[in-house]
Amino acid sequence: MKIILNGEPHDIEPDVTVSQLIEQLGLAGKRLAVEVDREIIPRTDYAETRLGEGARLEIVHAIGGG
Amino acid sequence: MSNTQLVPEDKPLVIAGVEYRSRLLVGTGKYKNLEETRQATEASGAEIVTVAIRRSNIGQNPEEPSLLEAIPPEKYTVLPNTAGCYTAEDAVRTCRLARELLDGHDLVKLEVLGDEKTLFPDVLQTLEAAEILIKEGFKVMVYTNDDLIIAKRFEQMGCVAVMPLAAPIGSGLGIRNPCNILSIVEELKVPVLVDAGVGTASDAAVAMELGCDGVLMNTAIAGARQPVLMASAMKKAIEAGREAWLAGRIPRKRFASASSPLNGIFF
Repeated sequence: MKIILNGEPHDIEPDVTVSQLIEQLGLAGKRLAVEVDREIIPRTDYAETRLGEGARLEIVHAIGGG
Repeated sequence: MSNTQLVPEDKPLVIAGVEYRSRLLVGTGKYKNLEETRQATEASGAEIVTVAIRRSNIGQNPEEPSLLEAIPPEKYTVLPNTAGCYTAEDAVRTCRLARELLDGHDLVKLEVLGDEKTLFPDVLQTLEAAEILIKEGFKVMVYTNDDLIIAKRFEQMGCVAVMPLAAPIGSGLGIRNPCNILSIVEELKVPVLVDAGVGTASDAAVAMELGCDGVLMNTAIAGARQPVLMASAMKKAIEAGREAWLAGRIPRKRFASASSPLNGIFF
């Protein structure tokens, strides 16, 4: 199943949750924020949020800036 | 937190009800690496530190240290910015993500840019974004032009600090319009911080001598040949400028006024 992850096509297993995807990407435990189709997903909802076909995911973090 | 000492006569800087001893706020961009970021931030004595919000790198080494390990939110007040946003919508979206990222921390630096060459703010978009953000409970420190009327408008809306530019971001040109900065400082009750355009220590001192409540800078430190040393210079310049403002400078006069008495002259 295809989703758009940070602007790039990305293949995932059907019914994968946000928390499983974060785990698979090696990002578990990192300070992140996640948006699915422009809606912010609170950290507490990662485990229940399943990704559908074509979902547009943004995973962001803090970097150096002024 | 900061090793900055308050001058006895001085009051702390208060932003959104929180007291800070350091009047220097620093950015974390343009450093060679995170260790340099950490050292320069430490040397600056800053307590408020800006960060940008960007896409995580997918597929990179997950062991790579992150900025918030070098600049831990337990030690610093992390101030997410909306750098790179050209619309109110993008700026609001960035702030919402930042609040989620920082566990509900709602102090943000709002900037909405209007032009790629000058990076001057789009004031209309900034006003629109500020209104939405304040309604959503954000505490907004707003980057804007050195325009008194707009600065007052941001204050009336409920921004917790107004931050006029000294000169274009990263230009190092220093305070191009000290009279405008002075007018803003005199008219506003919320903290006024010069944000952007400082090039070296004397520029920071000038901002403080005008009565600014603080200065936010990034490139002047990170772009210096020795960033950690410049961070230390900036810390001193901010303190010196503040003390000079508290002390009250002498008026400028066209002609000389002898320092040694004229009576008692024996020649």
